[in-house]
Amino acid sequence: MIRMENVHKAFGDNHVLRGVNLEIPKGTSMVIIGGSGTGKSVALKCVLGLIKPDSGKIYVDGQDAATGNRDAFLAKFGMLFQGGALFDSLPIWQNVAFRLLRGPLKRPADYAREIAIDKLRRVGLRANVADLYPSELSGGMQKRVGLARAIAADPEIIFFDEPTTGLDPIMSGVINDLIREIVTEMGATAMTITHDMSSVRAIADNVAMLHDGVIQWTGPVSQLDSSGDPYVEQFISGSAEGPIEAVR
Amino acid sequence: MNPLAMLAELGRAVLNLLAAFGRVTLFALDALSHIFRPPFYPRELGMALLNIGWLSLPVVGLTTIFTGGALALQIYAGGARFNAEAVVPQIVAIGMVRELGPVMVGLMIAARVTSSIAAEIATMKVTEQIDALVTLSTHPMKYLTAPRVLAALITVPALVAVGDIIGIAGGYAVATQNLGFNPAAYLKNTVDFLEPLDILSSLVKGAAFGMIAAIMGCYFGMNSGRGAQGVGRATKSSVEAAAVLILAANFVLTGVFFSL
Repeated sequence: MIRMENVHKAFGDNHVLRGVNLEIPKGTSMVIIGGSGTGKSVALKCVLGLIKPDSGKIYVDGQDAATGNRDAFLAKFGMLFQGGALFDSLPIWQNVAFRLLRGPLKRPADYAREIAIDKLRRVGLRANVADLYPSELSGGMQKRVGLARAIAADPEIIFFDEPTTGLDPIMSGVINDLIREIVTEMGATAMTITHDMSSVRAIADNVAMLHDGVIQWTGPVSQLDSSGDPYVEQFISGSAEGPIEAVR
Repeated sequence: MNPLAMLAELGRAVLNLLAAFGRVTLFALDALSHIFRPPFYPRELGMALLNIGWLSLPVVGLTTIFTGGALALQIYAGGARFNAEAVVPQIVAIGMVRELGPVMVGLMIAARVTSSIAAEIATMKVTEQIDALVTLSTHPMKYLTAPRVLAALITVPALVAVGDIIGIAGGYAVATQNLGFNPAAYLKNTVDFLEPLDILSSLVKGAAFGMIAAIMGCYFGMNSGRGAQGVGRATKSSVEAAAVLILAANFVLTGVFFSL
C-alpha cells in the first residue's frame, strides 16, 4: 500500500503540491488525472524519492519512504517513463535486463537475456528487437520496451508516467491493454499519471483528480462520470468553462 | 548607478562565485569517493578508458607533433639572435615535457572529452535517463561519474606521456630535416637534459588535468537545464570551466614543482 500524508513541494515561489493526501491499496491500480503542470509527475517522483518533499510523509507498505535501505526500497518498484528513458548506449535487451545485469539482483548474462526476451515477447515485441538500439525503434516500440524494463524484475509496484503520450490512438489502446493485463496478471500495485481519458478508463480501479496542489476528488473509476465534482466534470468533458482555468 | 547598488551587485557576484566553487568542490569529493566505494562498474570503466584514452590518441598526436615542430623552429629562430641555436633539443624537450605537452593534451581533452561527457550526461538528464537509473537502483555518481573520472585519471597522464614523446619527435624531425641538426646528437642532448622531476611534473599535471576535465563534464552534465538549450549551455560551460581550471592548475603545479 502507498500512503501520502499532507505532502508539500515548492520550487521557489511555485507551490506545486500543497498538501497531497492519497492512499493506494495494495494490488489496485490508481490513476491520477489533472491538467498539465498540476504536479502529477512531482507527486510520483516524491514517492520514488527522485524529488524530496518539503514536508509530509510518504509510506510504502507501512515503511517511511524517506528512511531505511534505499536499494531494497527501490527494488520494489518498476517505472515506465513518459519518453521511455531508454539508455541510448545499450542494446534493447540490456535496457530491459538492466537490473538483472548489475547490483543485488545480478544474474548471469545469458539468463538475463532470456528474461529480457521473454519480457519483450510479453509486451508484443519479437526477439529480433533484442539486439537493436533504442534509436532504431519507433515511439510505440520504445514505450513497449520501457514497459518490458519496468516489469523485468517482477516489481510489487509499477508507476506509469503518461504511458500513451505521443502515441496514435491504436498504439495507445495497445499500451493501455498491456498495462491492464500486466498489472492484473502480476497482482502489482499501480500508479499511473495521465490526462488521457481512454487510459483512465482502461487502466484504473480508482481515480484521483489533482488540481491546485491537492487531491480534489478520489473514487472508483465506475463513479467517475457521476462524481458530482466540478473539477472532475470539467476535466472529463474537456470544457473550457468551469473551476479549472483554461489559461494557466 | 548608485555606489551601494554597485557594491551589492559585486557582493552578489562574489557570493555566487564562492557558492559555485563550493558546489563543484563537494561534487568532486563525492565523485572521487565513489571511485573507492562499491558497487563498481567495470564495463562502464572499460568504455570510458576507450573513449577518453584510446580514441583521444589521434588528436593528441596531431596536436603535439605540430607543436613540437613549431617549437623547434621558434627556438632556432629566436636562439639565432644571440648565437644559441644549439639549444633547440634541450628547450624543445623541457618545453614539451614541462609545459606544452600537458597543457596541449589537457586542452584537447577539455575540448574533446569534457564536451562529450557534458553533452551525454545532460541529454540523459533531460530525457529522464538519470531518473531511470535511480529507479533501477543504480547510483548515477557511481555509474556515470566514477568510471569517467577514474578513466581520465588513468589515461590522461598516459596521453601526456605519449604527447611529450610525439612533440619531441616533431621537434626532432624539423631540427634534423630542416635545420641541419645531427640526429644522434639531438637525441643525446634531449635525453641528457631531461630530469626525473620534469617527467614527474608532466605526469602529475596530466592526472590533475584529466580529473578536472572529467569532473567538469560530469558536473555540468548532471546540473544541466532543460531542453536542447540546457544541454548546449551545459556543454559550453563545461569546456570553458575545464579550460580555465586546467590553465590555473598548470600555473599552480608549475609553481609547486619548480619555484617553491
